Amino acid sequence: MAYTIKVNGKTHSVDVDDDTPLLWVLRDVLGMTGTKFGCGMALCGACTVHIDGVATRSCITPIDSVGSSAITTIEAIGATPAGANIQKAWLDREVPQCGYCQSGQIMSAAALLASNPKPTDSAIDDAMSGNICRCGTYVRIREAIKQAAATSGRQGG
Amino acid sequence: MSDCLNDHFAPQSVSRRDMLKVSLGTGGALFVAFGLPSLVKHFQTELNGHAPSLITQAKAETAPFAPNAFIRIAPDGQITLTMPYVEMGQGTYTSIPMLIAEELEVELGRVHLEHAPPNEKLYANPLLGVQATGNSNAIRGAWQPLRQAGAAARTMLVAAAAGRWKVDPATCRAQRGEVLHAPTGRRLPYGELVADAARMPVPDAVTLKEPKDFKLIGTPAKRLDLPAKINGTAIYGIDARPPGVKIATLAQSPAFGGRVKNVDDAAARAVKGVRQIVRLDDAVAVVADHMGAAKKGLAALKIEWDDGPHANLATADVVRELEQASLKPGAIAQNVGDADKALAGAARKVEAIYQVPFLAHATMEPMNCTVHVRNDECEIWIGNQAIARVQSMAAKAAGLPIEKVIVHNHLIGGGFGRRLEADGAVRAVEIAKHVDGPVKVVWTREEDIQHDMYRPYWFDRMSAGLDEKGRPVAWTNRFAGSSVIARCLPGGFNNGLDPDTTEGAIDLVYELPNFHVEYVRVEPPGIPTAFWRSVGPSHNVFVTESFMDELAGAAGQDPVAYRLALLDKTPRAKAVLALAAEKAGWGQKLPPRTGRGIAIQHAFASYMAMVAEVEVAKDGTVRVRRVVCAVDCGIAVNPDTIQAQVQSAAMFGITAALYGEIALKNGRVEQSNFDSYQLLRMNEAPSVDVHIVQNQEAPGGMGEAGTSVIVPAVANAIFAATGKRLRKMPVDTAALKEPT
Repeated sequence: MAYTIKVNGKTHSVDVDDDTPLLWVLRDVLGMTGTKFGCGMALCGACTVHIDGVATRSCITPIDSVGSSAITTIEAIGATPAGANIQKAWLDREVPQCGYCQSGQIMSAAALLASNPKPTDSAIDDAMSGNICRCGTYVRIREAIKQAAATSGRQGG
Repeated sequence: MSDCLNDHFAPQSVSRRDMLKVSLGTGGALFVAFGLPSLVKHFQTELNGHAPSLITQAKAETAPFAPNAFIRIAPDGQITLTMPYVEMGQGTYTSIPMLIAEELEVELGRVHLEHAPPNEKLYANPLLGVQATGNSNAIRGAWQPLRQAGAAARTMLVAAAAGRWKVDPATCRAQRGEVLHAPTGRRLPYGELVADAARMPVPDAVTLKEPKDFKLIGTPAKRLDLPAKINGTAIYGIDARPPGVKIATLAQSPAFGGRVKNVDDAAARAVKGVRQIVRLDDAVAVVADHMGAAKKGLAALKIEWDDGPHANLATADVVRELEQASLKPGAIAQNVGDADKALAGAARKVEAIYQVPFLAHATMEPMNCTVHVRNDECEIWIGNQAIARVQSMAAKAAGLPIEKVIVHNHLIGGGFGRRLEADGAVRAVEIAKHVDGPVKVVWTREEDIQHDMYRPYWFDRMSAGLDEKGRPVAWTNRFAGSSVIARCLPGGFNNGLDPDTTEGAIDLVYELPNFHVEYVRVEPPGIPTAFWRSVGPSHNVFVTESFMDELAGAAGQDPVAYRLALLDKTPRAKAVLALAAEKAGWGQKLPPRTGRGIAIQHAFASYMAMVAEVEVAKDGTVRVRRVVCAVDCGIAVNPDTIQAQVQSAAMFGITAALYGEIALKNGRVEQSNFDSYQLLRMNEAPSVDVHIVQNQEAPGGMGEAGTSVIVPAVANAIFAATGKRLRKMPVDTAALKEPT
């Protein structure tokens, strides 16, 4: 059936089964390939997007559950203050290696920072442990989140 | 199981004199090619007619000889390097351009990259003899030829400018992408010199810069591939979207070697968006408008399988065969002195059996390949470490001549050796032959893990003899397992041996006067084996460095002191061992059930020592808290990438040590997704300190080394924390439970 969804501020109409995961609507129907497929079971976080600002695994999010919520993907996260901050820190700290999981890592980190501007190590663990990085960039992810948090502090949050 | 087509592994010398020629290509670009003269002629012929087909990702025609790469300089000054090595996270898209930029005297950002098209003749890896990115050898292979190419191009640009100004070239110099005539202050950017430079004689010899004059090499360069990796614009193979592409996913015979017996696809066909069901001999694919529909269709298929000849196979069967094989003589990989005699006369003997399991690669980007089979040609979109192999095997599968297969390579979302194989491309071609238009075949994670080609299971018998002071006077090692090279690069398997399977088991850094190593090749029935990050050393270094720890224990000596006493003849090894121990605070007291372990290796032409600090909980759960690494990889081309690769490799190895195991039951792989094939996560990740030894030795490999060193370091740390010696990976937490 036809659904109207709002992605990165734009409205799209798609005609798919009601249980179609949002991930495939984004990647295959709308051609937005920045959001990645890793496991299909919300085990790895590669598919993370924001739904009304909440980090969400799009691979298990059926399209009929989205409604009129605002979906934000990696392609537009740089337009948010936390997202831009995280992206800058990711470059400053040279975080990505193969880079495949990094869309999801950045989306999780941006959601963390938006809700908790000064995360502790254990808050970082809680927010980021659902995102697997096979290249093992965890040390730098942690450093980058801390840098982004410090920067946003200097800018007054 | 796919076979690799290439049969020439024999390493070629890169020291042969590189001929260098230039020409003007379409659009007035200056081409600098290096290789044999006949090849240069081929370049010139091809460039005159079809430059774009060679310099973009389009098909390249077969040439008679192999160069290493080529560069071109456009009239606007842009330098393009056609990269024979592929980027999979290891930083090669930055470190290789650094070599060119250093000698060309341009800023790194000026070097534009293109993926090399498949062409074994043009783009073979000089150390492998095939067009492949693997064995941590891109920098080693490119170190001389790419710097020479840059230096030669620079020399000709300077000569061109000097000619224009009618001055002595010695009074001119290159800097920041232009030639400067210092006495008059005149300058000409490279782009304006392109036409003249192409007419300059090729220098017979070029002088490479002295390391003290390096501006880029040895400095932490920002990676060129990262900006696209933080905003969703980086394109991996799985992101390819040729117009009209359909998406397919597949179920392959759960048992290795099984066949499709019957398919009821009525329900699958009824799924909205499903377009077609493709039945192959040993797999069924669902072709749909999107992956959601393809997966739903796949789940709705009722497939009856004939499990085939390995229907009852279990891991224990494989182990039993290896164990028996390890009792028989094997091919002698290395012999020094008389180990049997020394063992017989030793004051004390130590014996142990070690085992390592099958492992999957679990790249974050699941296996995928997009194929469009047309009447007389086939076009492929993929991210692969061995693109020419993809082309040749796809041609065979498509029933087309090799030049009718166009392959577009992409960024790789994790390689680790998995993407040195072309089995996925072959499978996608088999499916695409039945589909009208392009089709992207995407493996589910479950298919990716259950139909991987696995790091082999190995079984090792170790024995050693110590003299009355505890020093090892005899060392023997006989191990059994699969040879990946025998299948994949058969020319590299000779007299029962290959250089990968034995790396880390022979040529140890230690003084061992009586040393004997044998290898017994045993291929597991039906289970495809393949390269994996650090392949041979991932097995051998766990065994040799754990066993060395056992010897230290038997001698009642400290593991670091024991090793140091055996390293007088390998000063680089001794230095990294001492440095790692010092930086880790070796010898400082730790709380109960916490311990440090050390390991060292010389592999991939780099020396590396690691200290792991672990904590073992009462329930036996192991947490690696801290890793300290000292590495001597010669000249550190991009130190930041070296640090990143050590961090990465440590996590990869810790994952293997703590969780890595592919187990077989009823001919099937028992693991299927990240719940049953666990990978290390943020909350489990240790800190990793990296200390790089500065020297002027030729660069060594860095992508894989840390993976093999960390595993014995962790096992040795667990021993230090608990007194339990783990001789089989992964860690058995049940064996580590605190006695109540």
